[in-house]
Amino acid sequence: MKDFSREEIDFVLDTAEKLEPAARGLEKSRLLDGKLVALLFFEPSTRTRLSFETAVNRLGGKTINLGSVEASSVMKGENLADTIRVVSGYADVIVMRHPKDGAGRMASEFSSVPIINGGDGSVHHPTQTILDLYTIRRESHLEGLKIAMAGDLKYGRTVHSLCQALALYGADMTFVSPPELRMPPEIVRELKRQKIRVKETDSFEGIIGDVEVLYMTRVQRERFPDPEEYLKVADSLRIDAKLLKAAKPELKVLHPLPRVNEIEHDVDSTPHACYFEQAFYGVPTRMALLALVAGVIK
Amino acid sequence: MREKRDLKVQAIEKGTVIDHIPAGQALNVLHILGISGDFKSTVSFVMNAQGARGKKDVVKIEGKEINVGELNKIALIAPGATVNIIRNFEVKRKYNVIIPNYIEGVLRCINPNCISNSKEPIKSKFAVLQSEEKEVFLRCVYCNSIIYENIVRHLF
Repeated sequence: MKDFSREEIDFVLDTAEKLEPAARGLEKSRLLDGKLVALLFFEPSTRTRLSFETAVNRLGGKTINLGSVEASSVMKGENLADTIRVVSGYADVIVMRHPKDGAGRMASEFSSVPIINGGDGSVHHPTQTILDLYTIRRESHLEGLKIAMAGDLKYGRTVHSLCQALALYGADMTFVSPPELRMPPEIVRELKRQKIRVKETDSFEGIIGDVEVLYMTRVQRERFPDPEEYLKVADSLRIDAKLLKAAKPELKVLHPLPRVNEIEHDVDSTPHACYFEQAFYGVPTRMALLALVAGVIK
Repeated sequence: MREKRDLKVQAIEKGTVIDHIPAGQALNVLHILGISGDFKSTVSFVMNAQGARGKKDVVKIEGKEINVGELNKIALIAPGATVNIIRNFEVKRKYNVIIPNYIEGVLRCINPNCISNSKEPIKSKFAVLQSEEKEVFLRCVYCNSIIYENIVRHLF
């Protein structure tokens, strides 16, 4: 995401907005007619893979799949560079998810066709950031947003990219996490250098009534050697409808999903719940990216 | 006294002399420059030589003028080093190394899960950056991991 300027992000988001009726099935699009998109998912993914597949179909394109890694040439020891060189001879665009950090960048060095990084390792997941930004723009506003991010802020790649992207628009950020899962200091330092107001805390006290977007993330059990400690932390970062009574009417709750227990189900029926719409917005944003990299929208 | 010191490493007729290397870093400098046992020219060096500003290392490479771009890589560990190009026993050119913006294939990324640490046919790549306090740090082009300190420990 660091490579994107604000103007470029805005252009992608504008394109996504134009394509949203087609993403909802209200209009027909043939933008990718005759185009073949290879979906290379080297590790499991549900939403990202499905939303890319939906996006290609909604644009009238076709997909080819790697299938399971176990049944592919990867198991015969083929390296990623060779796989990419072969597949870029078959398809017009490659969408890839890979367990190694930086695999997307490397793939782009070996591919003769555009690569869309559908998440690599634990660092990059740029299309998630684009869809998060789109959700915020559609459901709230991007300029000078008051946002709180909560949960695992140390390892959560979505929040790292999101706060860096939001910094381009100016923002007031509150990070809610236990001390052991704090936002990495280098990211906080960088945000402050960009004159972003940053507050760090370990509870929702005094936060809910003040923010316009609450971005929740999952706290993973495996981060805690002590199960008791995990339960304590997970409990302190759980939100429910009662807690949201203190919220402004316009507060939107986002979550990259899947959720475990950090958002109680009674939140789903409140006007604040935005995470399922957020998951849908993955389709128009990925349609926009596909159309742009395929060169059918300029 | 001067003659005695010169005996430690002879003057060279033609080639490159790298001076003012921090004491103890000469071998790392050679490593960064890719100079190993199969290098054809004569290479000599002094470690912990007493200079006017304290101890230093000096490297002399005979018969070969090292490319400036290559030499600048050593600025990562020897930012105060000076390079002398020697022709006919005389210093023909002298300059200070400059920290490069980008280095390739010199250091290993600190992130074990980085694609550059796998069996792919690529070299590690780092953007070389400086903090507001002018400290040098490196950002992996592939995975964004940052090497803030002990750069020497990450040499290949």
